[in-house]
Amino acid sequence: MNDEEVTMGAVVTTPGSAMNYKTGSWRTLKPVLDEEKCKFCNICWQFCPDSAIEKADAKAKKPVKIDYDYCKGCGICARECPFDAIHMVEEEK
Amino acid sequence: MGTKQVVKGNFATAVAAKLARVDVVPAYPITPSTLFPEQISTYIANGEMDAELLLTESEHSAMSAAIGASASGARVATATASQGLKLMSEMLFIASGMRLPIVTAVGNRALSAPINIWCDHQDTIAERDSGWLQFYAENNQNALDLMIMAFKISEDHRVLLPSLVGLDAFVLTHTMEGVDVPLQEEVDDFLPPYKPALKLDVRNPMTFGSFGTPAHYTEFKYQQWEAMKNAEKVIDEVFSEFHGKFGRKYEKVSEYRTDDADIIFLTMGSMSGTARAAVDSMREKGMKVGTAKLTVFRPFPFDDIKSLSKKAKVLAVVDRNISFGFGGAVFAEVSGALINEREKPIIMDFILGLGGRDITQDDFFTMADKAKKAMETGNAEMVTWINLKEVK
Repeated sequence: MNDEEVTMGAVVTTPGSAMNYKTGSWRTLKPVLDEEKCKFCNICWQFCPDSAIEKADAKAKKPVKIDYDYCKGCGICARECPFDAIHMVEEEK
Repeated sequence: MGTKQVVKGNFATAVAAKLARVDVVPAYPITPSTLFPEQISTYIANGEMDAELLLTESEHSAMSAAIGASASGARVATATASQGLKLMSEMLFIASGMRLPIVTAVGNRALSAPINIWCDHQDTIAERDSGWLQFYAENNQNALDLMIMAFKISEDHRVLLPSLVGLDAFVLTHTMEGVDVPLQEEVDDFLPPYKPALKLDVRNPMTFGSFGTPAHYTEFKYQQWEAMKNAEKVIDEVFSEFHGKFGRKYEKVSEYRTDDADIIFLTMGSMSGTARAAVDSMREKGMKVGTAKLTVFRPFPFDDIKSLSKKAKVLAVVDRNISFGFGGAVFAEVSGALINEREKPIIMDFILGLGGRDITQDDFFTMADKAKKAMETGNAEMVTWINLKEVK
């Protein structure tokens, strides 16, 4: 909801507005990727509930990337990674 | 003209939903409203109604589905009662906050504990603050007519709020009465298809049910407040148009023999007919009494109650509900409506008819006696329970 908008029934008429809200500061645990271990399978990308993982590209040997602006630190990616490439570490202030 | 049919109250609300060309009926059965989804199911099976009947796993889910369907622009109706309405309660506030004109028939039934399936108004009264319009039927014709009018009122863009239509458990829901069932073309002429102001549409994506921060929440609530205020005018317009088209007159407050009355009863629901019969009997005995029926409880008809109060020395509010620690809800509203009037009658509250106990003419005589005493002495108990057995 943008500051100037009071619509009927709190409907947000512009799609994609969740992009405006960076929720990374909610995190207490932070996923850290070991790029060497990433096999570009994109399982973490599939499971991330917040679209906070950028897809890996196997052909270009480009591993996944974690978008810390939106990652809330739920740890699902770390749990699902079959290659133990993501570890959760305590967030530093 | 339509046809005269002898039907139960639940049939009256179901046929109203059919005539209103409702698109989606999410429902979970509960006594005394189960006949509503059953009848809708029959209509759909017979090819008489083109609607989606969603049989959900609970009333909470039924209202959730109603919210989703309504947000997509469908006309939605359901029916419930008592504990079912309580399970819906969380979602009722969301339906009104999202400004979705869902119409729900409620077979007014007592709340547990102790469990009881018979009539009182506690279930809908307890949803007084849910942001829904509330209508109360006196008979099955009212149930049908109010249901059809509720769509038109709720869907008006000055309102866009959901409506409850209350009909007394068993006294109306399961009792056969002669009802004028209007023709489809008559209802089509009165009630055009629902045009949502905003709706869920994949071709034009929007977010429904978004966050409302402290920066906006108050303003959203103020919009609901304004919409409910607008509903007062819209109800008058719709009642008037309905009268013109169908010949049946509706008022927020219907007065009976009140003009020279010292004592005026204020009733809601099926007890209203009993009140008029009792008033006739009392009038024959020379007592100056009248009665008034409250058909619209939300938005509360302040002006009508103010003008009613000017006619009475005692306003005897008959409450088929109880707010423990205060009194009856109608009494509370009436007292609130009159608080700043310079001259007001003695306002008395009578609690009776809970859990399906009949409200009889004798009860009205008892209340009239108490009101007469209050008028003579100038003293009145605020809240009096009527027809109460001795309890240990």
